[in-house]
Amino acid sequence: MPIDLRPGLDIGGYTLVEPLHAGGMATLWRVSHPQQAFPLLAKLPNIGYGEGVSRIVSFEVERMLMPSLSGPHVPRFVASGETGDQPWLVMERVSGETLQPLLEQTPLAAERVAALGAAAALALDDLHRQHVVHLDIKPGNLLLHVDAQGHERIVLLDFGLSHHAHLPDLLGEQFSEPMGTAPYMAPEQVLGVRNDPRSDQFALGATLYYLATGETPFGAPTSDGGLRRRLYQPPRPPRELQPSMPRWLQEIILRCLEVDPDDRYPTAAQLAFDLQHPEQVVLGERAERIRDDGMLGSAKRWLRGFRLDAEELRARQARDELRPPLIVVAVDLKQGDPALDTALLDVTRRLVETAPNARLACLTVLRVARIGMDTNIDVEGRNRHVKRLIALRHWARPLGLTEQRITFHVLESADIAEAIIDYARNNAIDHIVMGARGITGMRRLLGSVSARVVAEANCTTTVVRAARHEAAADAMDTAGRKEE
Amino acid sequence: MRIGLLADLHANREAVEACFQALREAACDRYVFLGDLVGYGADPAWVVDFVRAQVDAGATAVLGNHDDAAVAATAGGAMNARAEAAIAWTSTQLDAGQHAFLQALPLSVSEEDRLYVHANAWAPAAWGYVGNALAAARSMAATPARLTFCGHVHEPALYHALDASAHHFAPKPGVSIPLPHTRRWLAIPGSCGQPRDHDPAAACAWFDCRSRALTFLRVPYDHERAAAKIRAAGLPEAFASRLASGT
Repeated sequence: MPIDLRPGLDIGGYTLVEPLHAGGMATLWRVSHPQQAFPLLAKLPNIGYGEGVSRIVSFEVERMLMPSLSGPHVPRFVASGETGDQPWLVMERVSGETLQPLLEQTPLAAERVAALGAAAALALDDLHRQHVVHLDIKPGNLLLHVDAQGHERIVLLDFGLSHHAHLPDLLGEQFSEPMGTAPYMAPEQVLGVRNDPRSDQFALGATLYYLATGETPFGAPTSDGGLRRRLYQPPRPPRELQPSMPRWLQEIILRCLEVDPDDRYPTAAQLAFDLQHPEQVVLGERAERIRDDGMLGSAKRWLRGFRLDAEELRARQARDELRPPLIVVAVDLKQGDPALDTALLDVTRRLVETAPNARLACLTVLRVARIGMDTNIDVEGRNRHVKRLIALRHWARPLGLTEQRITFHVLESADIAEAIIDYARNNAIDHIVMGARGITGMRRLLGSVSARVVAEANCTTTVVRAARHEAAADAMDTAGRKEE
Repeated sequence: MRIGLLADLHANREAVEACFQALREAACDRYVFLGDLVGYGADPAWVVDFVRAQVDAGATAVLGNHDDAAVAATAGGAMNARAEAAIAWTSTQLDAGQHAFLQALPLSVSEEDRLYVHANAWAPAAWGYVGNALAAARSMAATPARLTFCGHVHEPALYHALDASAHHFAPKPGVSIPLPHTRRWLAIPGSCGQPRDHDPAAACAWFDCRSRALTFLRVPYDHERAAAKIRAAGLPEAFASRLASGT
């Protein structure tokens, strides 16, 4: 018998304060606890007679997963238990609105869609690094939170359908029918594959399509056949619905919506990277697509969709434990040591060659007098900027990377180390490669840039030294050890 | 309460010491020994004394088929010849007190919603293996306990069941796995003294009663020393060499 939920009721030491939301699956309550300072929320699944077993399992999944999650993109787990027959889960109540109300204001401007998409992709990347695939990404599960500094970030909600690579998959084992939300569900998810992080990229692509055009790419099918249609029938190119949409955004959205996960971005971090650097997106066939490509095209796609095999996709994902990295090489164009240049190129080449899906961002920092001074405004500043960009491209030419795998960035900052550290954090970079500076008067004055990056960046950092005759073995010095 | 779980110790002193230290570092305040304290290894007397001291201090231990064989006159029908030879040797290594301790071990122990048993819950004394989901379902159906901890099978495994069918999960060491009340669970920590999943590291696990989370562990230990003692005791060479390959 379900208990009667009312204000003042005690569940495991937490007091129900007021109901916030009564949904079909669960009721959300604001709760309080004398020892918890931050706002709390309790989720209580509706359990009475006639409720499906899938709801029970889904709540089990959420209770198993949430304690293992951490970071700024998930609500903090507090406690869970049962009071009588009523299971409950208490978590941090994060302030903000989901993207659901924004659907009333569609179509949104491309820049806004890209900013929201980048924030969501960074949140997904953080989740995927924790070995979890969300599997129910949609506007209502993306909470837009604005912190005290005015920075926006996305917090992911509702892990009731999620898959954790290191925990038993209770849902996948109990049910054979696909689980997800029809307008957003990835094709492989329709086939029952639950372990591919790129399924979330597809759902995010469908969300961005909706925000940018006001329509969902695949409607809202209710039948199994309707769900399967996305395996072979491509969505209408969004620029057909919204002609003012820039080509780069169509390129990005349609890449997310590719049927074969291998044709999407290798990681959500790479998707976030493109959404944050639209000028560097390589425009291909997807950017130009105007309408359906006729019988032959759909026949080809039908065949390709038909060939997608759930077992094979699942196995492919289980094999691919190594994450394709986003690598930054920070180049000091002013340092005059050709041996160091060669060493830096060698190490970078070795890194990108060992990971075929790795992407490289070549970066240099243009020192400006102080933060906030925009040298781009005057002609001299623009010239300096363009010169650096040309020099950077020239520097990277020996790597021989295709334009899809390499981008170039000239940052402007008064503080070189800080510029590199911020860039790595904002773009979910996996690995920074940079040269060690020689011992010069300048360095004594300014301190070592690489030592600060090693100490403060939130990713792996490799500091490269030029090979010397007497100490060739010391050419490479990896993170954790400082210079000298 | 945090319970350290050790199964299939098999007279391997080095492995037991390494696992016990790892479990103590994980803040375990209680220990359960899931049977097969002896057999195969060179230190049966030491391991029995160690477990006996733990039991005196509040730990729980259950009987395994090797323990049973070492003290019973009716040793071994189901064992292979080499294992039987080791059992005969083991028996000579144990004094009367150690014999009596093994003889007095219960086949299973129930505590709150947990069952500790060496082989399975449906017929603990017949030593049938829980080697697949079908056997796991059979064992879980035979006990009112929500959680069963057993050994006998040397590979770490976790089974769970919401209804009549059970599902297998291969645990990753070091990951904390919450075990919700809503279903039944059967956990096999893996063998401490005789790992057979191609990883020579000793296996054990710990369960936190408050968060109901189970963590499987693999603990590297000096298996060369354990193997050298097996050779020195004149036990079959295979018992020594398999410790290095974990087979």
